Amino acid sequence: MSLLQVNRLSKSYAPDKRVLDEVSFAIASGECLGLVGESGCGKSTLARCLLRMEATDSGSIILGGHSIERMNDRQLYPHRKKIQIVFQNPSAALNPKLKIRDSLLDPYLQYRNELRLQHFRPASDQELVRQLMEAVELPESLADRYPHELSGGQRQRVTIARAISIEPQLVVLDEPTASLDVISQGAVLQLLTRLRTELNLSYLFISHDLAAVHQMSQRIMVMKDGRLVDQFPQEQLFAESRHPYTQELISIF
Amino acid sequence: MRELSIPRVSRRSKHSWQGMIALLFVLVTAAASIYAFFWLKHDPNTTDLGDRLQEMSMLHPLGTDHLGRDVLTRLLLGGQQTLGYSLLALGAALLIGIPFGLISGYSRGWIDRIFMRIADAFLSFPDTIVAIVLSGLLGAGIGNLVLAIVVVKWVNYARLVRSTVLSEAQKDYVQIARTNGLSPAKIMRKHLLPHVIGHVLVLASLDLGKIILLISAFSYIGLGAQPPTPEWGAMLNDSRPYFQSRPELMIYPGLAIMSVVLLANMLGDYLRDRFDVKREVQS
Repeated sequence: MSLLQVNRLSKSYAPDKRVLDEVSFAIASGECLGLVGESGCGKSTLARCLLRMEATDSGSIILGGHSIERMNDRQLYPHRKKIQIVFQNPSAALNPKLKIRDSLLDPYLQYRNELRLQHFRPASDQELVRQLMEAVELPESLADRYPHELSGGQRQRVTIARAISIEPQLVVLDEPTASLDVISQGAVLQLLTRLRTELNLSYLFISHDLAAVHQMSQRIMVMKDGRLVDQFPQEQLFAESRHPYTQELISIF
Repeated sequence: MRELSIPRVSRRSKHSWQGMIALLFVLVTAAASIYAFFWLKHDPNTTDLGDRLQEMSMLHPLGTDHLGRDVLTRLLLGGQQTLGYSLLALGAALLIGIPFGLISGYSRGWIDRIFMRIADAFLSFPDTIVAIVLSGLLGAGIGNLVLAIVVVKWVNYARLVRSTVLSEAQKDYVQIARTNGLSPAKIMRKHLLPHVIGHVLVLASLDLGKIILLISAFSYIGLGAQPPTPEWGAMLNDSRPYFQSRPELMIYPGLAIMSVVLLANMLGDYLRDRFDVKREVQS
């Protein structure tokens, strides 16, 4: 059974303009599924719908066997800890008034009583911060700083550490490297790959960077104007039979 | 880069001097009030008509007033009254305004609309009119004056907090906290309150000066502190008939009001600069 199953998901902001048009796909446990498409095609909206940050019009989102798309806050609560998100801009994703340590512990403190952590086995909150900083290859001393004292790459590592802190089953990565320089981009992608195998995570890796998606993912989906136009295993990216739009994306790179 | 950084450093050090001076005076005022509380020999309300309108002496460092009461004693205790009631009014306005603004800005929608219409209704009353009307309805007295100030002032804090929360609540970190199942109360307390507190402190310290003036002014015209309570505005009023013979009786409380209001404003300016500097670093 797949971890996440999305069936014919649709959403529109205006009556005549669909942002998501009958989107269907599945993510298996431990898999990285890539999603490419140009800006404004609905990638981020899909991510926000999966986390129930936005309501959907029709279709279903089945997470671990539970249909979550119509749940109210209380019903949704036990399912929220299975899914985490990393946004494009790490400066906005961290509260500038909180120390890194406090931002990191935010999800863990919320769920600590119902969590069964496998990988991290903290004896104390302090110990968890140390293990998380180590997992994302940051010096522990940064935990007592504020976000503005860190570089963009360091900040993104912190948001990744926060996302994995409660060992979710699925992490939605919404263009996690788009605001970073080329060197940090490569390092963060390597880090994400390592964490996925170590913690047995699944990723929905959203990007407009075809090369990054090709490097990270086992399967790739291509989105255009809210529709999934193509889905294929990673090694078939350059196959002859690709959708014309996929071939167009390849030719741009 | 170098040309830019030098004036900035000097500007900042000047501001911190301003802050230090303001802080020092606040400490001096506090120390004087504590001194007054524990060690004052004179009772502020004991009249001694044989000893009235005395010049400075060892026994009465600032002389005595028209009823023979020690002026220094009354000045120090008056500071407690004026500052105490101002802080009380300010604190109550904050306690109402901050939660009101947090809830209004975070929940949006119909709660926000209802809250803001209530705030608009309160905002439409000028503070002096409300104070006079309340005194007329409930009787003159410092309690009613404080009530009038709270009624008028809380709206400013509610609106300030709301506008900050409106913009912050849209940011990714609040959205993430929400997807992690944090309750609205927890998000407001942990994530939004720290953003609000700086702005609120600046406005509050600037307001403190205005509130002190308002309390003094209303006591001066007899709608605030009632005799024989030592209060600076009331002391000004008491000394009015003796302005020709003993002008210092009016000058002492006048100077006291002026310096405290000035210092409250300096503190406000200092805090404003400080929080602006911090925001500059963050962006």
